[in-house]
Amino acid sequence: MRIHLRIWRQPGPDAKGHFENYTVERVSPNMSFLEMLDTLNEDLIRRGQDPVAFDSDCREGICGTCGFVVNGRPHGPDSQTTVCQLHMRRFRDGDTITLEPWRAKAFPVLRDLVVDRSAFDRIIQAGGYTSVNVGGAPDANAIPIPKEVAEQAFDSAQCIGCGACVAACKNASAMLFTSAKVRHLALLPQGQVERTRRVLNMVARMDAEGFGPCSNEGECEAVCPKGITLDNIATLNREWWKAALKP
Amino acid sequence: MRLDAKIPSGPLADKWDRHRFESKLVNPANRRRHTIIVVGTGLAGASAAASLGELGYNVLSFCIQDSPRRAHSIAAQGGINAAKNYQNDGDSIERLFYDTIKGGDYRAREANVYRLAQVSVNIIDQCVAQGVPFAREYGGQLDNRSFGGAQVSRTFYARGQTGQQLLLGAYQSLMRQVERKTVRIFPFREMLDLVVINGRARGIVCRNLVTGDIERYAADAVCLATGGYGTAYYLSTNAVGSNVTAAWRAHKRGAFFANPCFTQIHPTCIPVTGEDQSKLTLMSESLRNDGRVWVPKKPGDKRPPHEIPEDERDYYLERKYPSFGNLVPRDVASRNAKFVCDEGRGVGESGLAVYLDFRDAIERLGRDVIKARYGNLFDMYRKITDEDPYEVPMRIYPAIHYTMGGLWVDYNLMSTIPGLHVLGEANFSDHGANRLGASALMQGLADGYFIIPYTIAHYIASTPLEKVTTDHEAFAEAENNVRQRIDRLLSIKGSETPRSLHRRLGKLLWDYVGMSRNEAGLKKALEEIPKLREEFWQNVSVPGDANYVNKNLEYAGRVADYLEFAELLTIDALHRTESCGGHFREESQTPDGEALRDDERFSYVAAWEYNGVGQAPTLHEEPLVFEYVTPTQRSYK
Repeated sequence: MRIHLRIWRQPGPDAKGHFENYTVERVSPNMSFLEMLDTLNEDLIRRGQDPVAFDSDCREGICGTCGFVVNGRPHGPDSQTTVCQLHMRRFRDGDTITLEPWRAKAFPVLRDLVVDRSAFDRIIQAGGYTSVNVGGAPDANAIPIPKEVAEQAFDSAQCIGCGACVAACKNASAMLFTSAKVRHLALLPQGQVERTRRVLNMVARMDAEGFGPCSNEGECEAVCPKGITLDNIATLNREWWKAALKP
Repeated sequence: MRLDAKIPSGPLADKWDRHRFESKLVNPANRRRHTIIVVGTGLAGASAAASLGELGYNVLSFCIQDSPRRAHSIAAQGGINAAKNYQNDGDSIERLFYDTIKGGDYRAREANVYRLAQVSVNIIDQCVAQGVPFAREYGGQLDNRSFGGAQVSRTFYARGQTGQQLLLGAYQSLMRQVERKTVRIFPFREMLDLVVINGRARGIVCRNLVTGDIERYAADAVCLATGGYGTAYYLSTNAVGSNVTAAWRAHKRGAFFANPCFTQIHPTCIPVTGEDQSKLTLMSESLRNDGRVWVPKKPGDKRPPHEIPEDERDYYLERKYPSFGNLVPRDVASRNAKFVCDEGRGVGESGLAVYLDFRDAIERLGRDVIKARYGNLFDMYRKITDEDPYEVPMRIYPAIHYTMGGLWVDYNLMSTIPGLHVLGEANFSDHGANRLGASALMQGLADGYFIIPYTIAHYIASTPLEKVTTDHEAFAEAENNVRQRIDRLLSIKGSETPRSLHRRLGKLLWDYVGMSRNEAGLKKALEEIPKLREEFWQNVSVPGDANYVNKNLEYAGRVADYLEFAELLTIDALHRTESCGGHFREESQTPDGEALRDDERFSYVAAWEYNGVGQAPTLHEEPLVFEYVTPTQRSYK
């Protein structure tokens, strides 16, 4: 296949960016999307030109490192699929594909398609944990947890922190990301002690980092590669109100 | 130099307790005055940094990714072992110890492995307290599954994403310490040199991967938890950013490298499809609990699997190993897959694959049960291959997955450079010549949560550490060394990409230092590697500059290190003329094709000392002494 690409190129955080056009020949349908970009970069490097900067690591959809906007949709057209797991068989010979970085005030562009997502780390830092030191944990079977509860907690806990939810949201809200951690820990007995403080602190940090508010339109859910649902945001709102109104 | 593993005396079961009691402590009020650098934020690095922060040390935590949560431990699928005996099926610390020593083909230290089995039970407690959502039974108790090389169910899991959940637990503990200001994190940093002052590790030099700045950091001790070297083979199940650079640069500063030829080839990966492939994807070993491995009995049988009748199928693992069946250890499963493919009985387009079939399990248990157990793995398989494993058998083939070798460490996890500690996959210590499934997560977290906090305190408390700042000339020398190498890479302006050179190195290693090795092939590799290295330094292309995000420059530096490291890997494989675990020398096999050890000559750890690029390294032997188990020919029949 021959694929035409329009790619956002931006030399650095403070520089002005622009789209550039490229064509990649001999694309095999079995290639992953990132392998297609590797091929483009191989050509650029051989010609002594700067390759397109994009982030990726595990290339099996679990580390959350990769991610950019493909034809207006974070991670591209497949549902519940990170861009490293997207395959070229999804496209047709002669297609033109536009690639842009996540665009959000809280995620400054570092170069081309690479953004700084350290704001997510700082939200977790505000309370996305249980405060237990190593050493004093009771026997793991001491507190039974119903299977259904463990499964629901897992559903929330599998967020990979890629930032697609922020990129999809017109307000660049981080509610889906924050709510997944809040719900994961609120469901489990281990998370009860800090339940109130956690939700208040994490939401306050999320706002301070420059993420926007949630207007319940669900673009985040639609693009989430791990299928984190809007229920998480509903839980977050309930948890926050309960905490905020606590005497 | 004589290698002293510093194994405590006394009975095996008491060694660790006794050692902890005899170790010196650092007063809580003094800990914040001691700086500890931890490089890497996988299970070992994140758990070490978090635990040391909890104790009150001043911890600096570095990673190459944009966040500590990305480290490749996150991709571990199947589970984590612990000798909890929750299933009442006969498990115990002794049994986990024995299985691990035997699984490693008697090439690991008894004392280290016993300690690993002991602390395994604490790991599960700690992780549950953090809120890790392990799989549960309906009664609310933790569920377990079986893994290769064991006849008990001791593996704890969280669907097919156990590594993710354990890493997020450690990462969250780490972020808690960042909030408490005991730990500072430095993402987007690549360690490019180790700083040794008066014979002790006292700091590192990093490149800031965003600004390109070369940065210096001083400390009282350094911990490397930078993972294995599987990506030297180009195609592996590792992340594309995983690399040997930090460990290799430490080796060049004096840390011995032990048993590099002990590489693990995982039997169940999605087969290679084409030249442009950048990585291989693992399908968890847990699938072998319910999937049956087979190939056609007739060579060259190209019929689709459903047209091959039952009596024309060879379930070769069940046939050859009736007591372990499909759950033989990884090295045995991988080699047998290679043998049947070499006989022309491989399946799929390339003939380099075997079937992993769930038909019988789906019939017996129903599709829903299989979906609940392996749903995400089946989805992943379908995304990559465009085939539905509920309907047709998976095609799998072995791939490089884990490396048992690594920097040599003593019982305290300290390398041959005093003050440099090495944790997790980056060290060599616990898995011998073959790692059992679900033991990597166990070792990473054991090292970080439960071992390094004690042993590093002893080092700090018992060592006179003069004050060192980054103005010291050793930092200037290291920085200069790093800058020169970067300038050299940028100035070549050749026509070959780092990736194409890496791919060629990988092919060379896979062909000659892969699943099955022989003298002629290894010698051939030793001729070819220096030529490829020469070509790299003549003709590599690294466009652009060093003062911004330049991923190709980072990659070129890593490939340059693989090209040096690959030679050591091959030299080690050539010198060890026995077969053991993942290291299979064709010259040394039993009449039925199993790995044949030579305990008379090779019951030792091979620790290599660096003498310069292209110079023969010096071998130091650490004899392995078995007081509690008797090495025997491993049998899974």
